[in-house]
Amino acid sequence: MTAVLDRPAPVRPTGPALRARRLARRVAGPWTYAALIAVLAGSAFPVYWSFVVSSQTPDAIDSVPPVLVPGGHLFANIARVFDTTDFALALMNSIVVAGTVTVSVVFFSTLAGFAFAKLKFRGRNVLLLLIIGTQAIPTELGIIPLYMMMSEFGWAGQIHAVIVPGLVTAFGVFFMRQYFERAIPDELLEAGRMDGCHSLRLFWHVALPAARPAAAVLGLFTFMQAWNDFFWPLVVLVPENPTVQTALSTLASGYTTDYTLVLTAATIGTVPVLAVFLLFGRQIVGGIMSGAVKG
Amino acid sequence: MALIDKAARRHRWDTKFAPYGYVTPYFLIFGVFGLFPLLYTIWVSLQHRNLLDEGGAYVVWFANYAKLLADPYFWNAMGNTLSLWLLTTVPQILFALGIAALLNRKVRTRTLFRMGVILPNITSVAAVTIIFAQLFGRDFGLVNWVLDLFGAGQIDWQAGTATSHIAIAVMVVWRWTGYHALIFLASMQAISPSLYEAATLDGASGWQQFWRITVPLLRPQIIFTTIIATTGNMRLLAEPLLFNPGAAAATGGSDRQFQTAALYLYEQGFTNYDFGYSSAIAVVLAIATIIVAGLGYLVTKRIQTE
Repeated sequence: MTAVLDRPAPVRPTGPALRARRLARRVAGPWTYAALIAVLAGSAFPVYWSFVVSSQTPDAIDSVPPVLVPGGHLFANIARVFDTTDFALALMNSIVVAGTVTVSVVFFSTLAGFAFAKLKFRGRNVLLLLIIGTQAIPTELGIIPLYMMMSEFGWAGQIHAVIVPGLVTAFGVFFMRQYFERAIPDELLEAGRMDGCHSLRLFWHVALPAARPAAAVLGLFTFMQAWNDFFWPLVVLVPENPTVQTALSTLASGYTTDYTLVLTAATIGTVPVLAVFLLFGRQIVGGIMSGAVKG
Repeated sequence: MALIDKAARRHRWDTKFAPYGYVTPYFLIFGVFGLFPLLYTIWVSLQHRNLLDEGGAYVVWFANYAKLLADPYFWNAMGNTLSLWLLTTVPQILFALGIAALLNRKVRTRTLFRMGVILPNITSVAAVTIIFAQLFGRDFGLVNWVLDLFGAGQIDWQAGTATSHIAIAVMVVWRWTGYHALIFLASMQAISPSLYEAATLDGASGWQQFWRITVPLLRPQIIFTTIIATTGNMRLLAEPLLFNPGAAAATGGSDRQFQTAALYLYEQGFTNYDFGYSSAIAVVLAIATIIVAGLGYLVTKRIQTE
């Protein structure tokens, strides 16, 4: 014990020596923190500013110098948004679309991902390659025929036109397949088979519980993507039956010059994804870093 | 005996056919609503098909493509698309590399910083564009106010080709840089610290280490990101559409100064209802995207390890 006390205090390296040591150990110095804080501020500012405008009176948006602190008119502005447009319907539609799409994508991706990873069948590799290949193609390029189909079905203007094409994604299947490949040992499934388990029971009792972490990440991303989807809903829906994103577009293109109203709507529309983000930020970051999202 | 037989049959049925049942929902829905429309676009592009025409649709083979090649609005849109591709893709990758390098240091509260950089990516493109359109406003926009402090005066961002492209590029770069940074960060963490230690002992500065060790070792991710970013940036639509919202939004500015090819596709398809012509634009845009992505691949492939 005394030996420790007797040891002379370590000399703190200073100047260039300190920098070299930090460099070698990759420890962040004050400049790194300054830069990161600047990045953080830049990332958050536009969303923050939108919130500030939403909480001010309509003339604040035009004031010089700009207003940068929240005011007390948030609820008055929210009320005005709901009075001006049927934003409640837009929110409802977005919840239904994003909710259905999320449940469906997670379920079908887990089912197909399980089959691709753990069951043997003829043509498996070819079909898997097809899925990987179609991931790279932007499906928006098929938007004209898709619209023609929806008109033919009489679905144009209705939300199932947005829901149905989103029910499955190539990315989801591939992602779950990659997860199952690593997460479930083949021996476990073999043991289940020996006990006379049908593959559907193996799926239900072995695969599905094991898939929960990956399914959750896939669900988070699918929800956010479906909530934010813009182009296809814009094309196939009508202003009278919008999602949040198309309602924003209508509001911004309308004859109102009241941009406080528009930004309040944008803020309201961002709240659900922001809530998901704040609750599950760690999982979302982890998901992206493990390659969970396509661009 | 009969019981075993039955069980065996069931087992065989299960291993042979059940897997197809599990993958069928995917292929059924994707085939009908994903793959079929994609392929059918080519067929529609060979037709005269305009919803406003009473005459209905008929095959014209390559007439839409011939018209396209002679259409100045199309070339304008392609030029804008390429300009925006360059202005978005290059900064995205450079900034993402820089931010990833910062995040790769041993930082306290690292989850906070990582969540911070991804925040722009989770906000919707519609909301982002509406917010930035206000920030880039001519008379009361915050960007102009800041520039004014430095004596730069008022810029009418939407009016000029260059200024409007810069404003749109800022929105795209803001929204995507953090996402790419996290992809780079994941790979940076896999680089052995001993490489940096050795370089430090040899007297290499942080800057030199970044360009001579980090960047060359990230080559596969840089190539991947360039291709992903290219496919996204070649079909920008929401940003130019909502930058100047209104009745004529689909033209991308009064002189079409920021109309992208995707926006021109939208204008032809859903304000003029010329489905044949719009499909031809989709096909040409797809080919152009493949060419530009290939170009990006050739450039990033040249990053070398010393």
